[in-house]
Amino acid sequence: MFREYKFMVLRRTSQISIMLLFVSGNLLGWHVLRGNLSTSKVLDSVPLTDPFTLLQIFAAKHLVSGQALAGALIIVLFFGLIAGRSFCSWVCPLNMVTDLANWLRKKTGLDALGKGPVISRKTRYWVIGTSLAVSLATGVAAFEWISPISMLHRGIIFGMGMGWTMILAVFLFDLFVKRDGFCGHLCPLGGFYALITRFSLVRVMHSKEKCTLCMNCLEICPEQQVLPMVGKVSSAVASGECTNCGRCVEVCNENAMKFGIRFSPEKNKTSIA
Amino acid sequence: MVSGDKEEKMPERRKFLFDMVRGLGAATVGGLAWTDMLDGKKTFATILRPPGAVVEQEFLAKCTKCGLCVEACPYKALLLAKPGDERPVGTPYFQMRENPCRMCRDIPCAVSCPTGALLPSLVSDSDEQGKSRLDVNLTKIGLALIDRETCIAYWGIQCDACYRACPLIDKAVTVEYTKNERTGKHAMLAPVVHSDHCTGCGICEHACVTKKASIFVLPRELAMGESSDRYIRGWDDADEERMQGLPEETTTRTPRSEKSPLDYLNKGDL
Ligand code: SF4
Ligand code: SF4
Ligand code: SF4
Repeated sequence: MFREYKFMVLRRTSQISIMLLFVSGNLLGWHVLRGNLSTSKVLDSVPLTDPFTLLQIFAAKHLVSGQALAGALIIVLFFGLIAGRSFCSWVCPLNMVTDLANWLRKKTGLDALGKGPVISRKTRYWVIGTSLAVSLATGVAAFEWISPISMLHRGIIFGMGMGWTMILAVFLFDLFVKRDGFCGHLCPLGGFYALITRFSLVRVMHSKEKCTLCMNCLEICPEQQVLPMVGKVSSAVASGECTNCGRCVEVCNENAMKFGIRFSPEKNKTSIA
Repeated sequence: MVSGDKEEKMPERRKFLFDMVRGLGAATVGGLAWTDMLDGKKTFATILRPPGAVVEQEFLAKCTKCGLCVEACPYKALLLAKPGDERPVGTPYFQMRENPCRMCRDIPCAVSCPTGALLPSLVSDSDEQGKSRLDVNLTKIGLALIDRETCIAYWGIQCDACYRACPLIDKAVTVEYTKNERTGKHAMLAPVVHSDHCTGCGICEHACVTKKASIFVLPRELAMGESSDRYIRGWDDADEERMQGLPEETTTRTPRSEKSPLDYLNKGDL
């Protein structure tokens, strides 16, 4: 039982503790994490900056401080080289909202009625382009102005105001309109992380020998298109669109899915067969 | 084989192009709507930003809405705009009547900004050794204005609440003594704000005794006019210098200015 939710529990712990650290930074003046996911300081010294926000500010023809730049570089290197698109599933608080919508979809049978209208998974890349174009046209970081992600995490730390309407809109969209609608199709931040994490090291590995073609992994995966190899070849998930959520690893009863390091010798062993 | 390949490829390529065009179309429509929305939002002229804020346009671009300045303020005077606050969401601002800026000497808000939206250098000068040091009195959050019609000091009632409260008493706010012409025998002690010293901290607005504050802070762009270069303060030697670079000819033409000044005086319908 626990095995099936191991990563889920770890992810929730990670998401919630990060939020709690931010909240305590504001309310209690703790210095572990201050600010929010757009820009923050760790232990009052290490800066962290959302690189996509920074890109929009550049597009708006403005330069930011070296501190913010360094903060963005740290994030890009960490997720880009190591952790993959795990920001979306291990950090972003909106993930809890959309996961809840998905869970309800399944429970209420809404999912059985179909996945909703066809929206290309590539739409998020168009939204990235549009965000940058609008930033250029208006001189402000455009997605930051409407981002439900920012509204939610700022809301939790500094007070929600009318921000809940935006969150509710995303929830209802995912629940009634499109499965994995926001995170899997529209969110430009997720798209941005998918782009920069193409070559990151931490990967889900699939082993063809163990696979019994039950397709539990494909059923559960929020980005199913990243698992074309299931049952066909043993290989690592190559796409940056995988959020490293580990749901596939948990639900696979045959241990055909597991976390590993791309290029690890062990992986080579399995893929030869 | 070759031709078969072609047949396969063409629809593929066409589909790809079609998808491109469709995506571009959707992105353009979305972008236009988005641009419209943001343009409306940018015209919030009445927002009072933290000490050291760069000009509003640049501020809106640079501020990543992290709230570090808000967290740094020990008086919780800075607020972070929430959706529904009718201000650009996530940006810091003051509500002076409720909670004015206390003019901390170490300006923690400005110092904590990681993005350059608040620049400590804008609220610093240099000491004797030429080293830069913070001086909160250089702050220009806005400018205090007085509504002389509701300020009771201008009615002749004695009140100096704002004057006493001002951290730059006798510099930013002075009291002007004039004869009360209405009673003929009393004095008026009326507050006057001086823009060269007023920091816009809002402590006066907070202290004002009238129902709705009769002295209040507005952003400088909103509160101040601008005289044109041609008007010179003859009593100010330095001001003459401004004349140097000005062009000789004026370009303003009105029906009257077309005549020579002499004609205008002699033949005009004065
Ligand atoms: S492939 Fe696995 S880890 Fe990646 S998104 Fe899908 S379920 Fe999550
Ligand atoms: S100067 Fe002090 S009181 Fe004023 S906003 Fe900054 S931190 Fe707050
Ligand atoms: S610290 Fe700077 S970037 Fe952060 S909210 Fe304040 S002004 Fe904006």
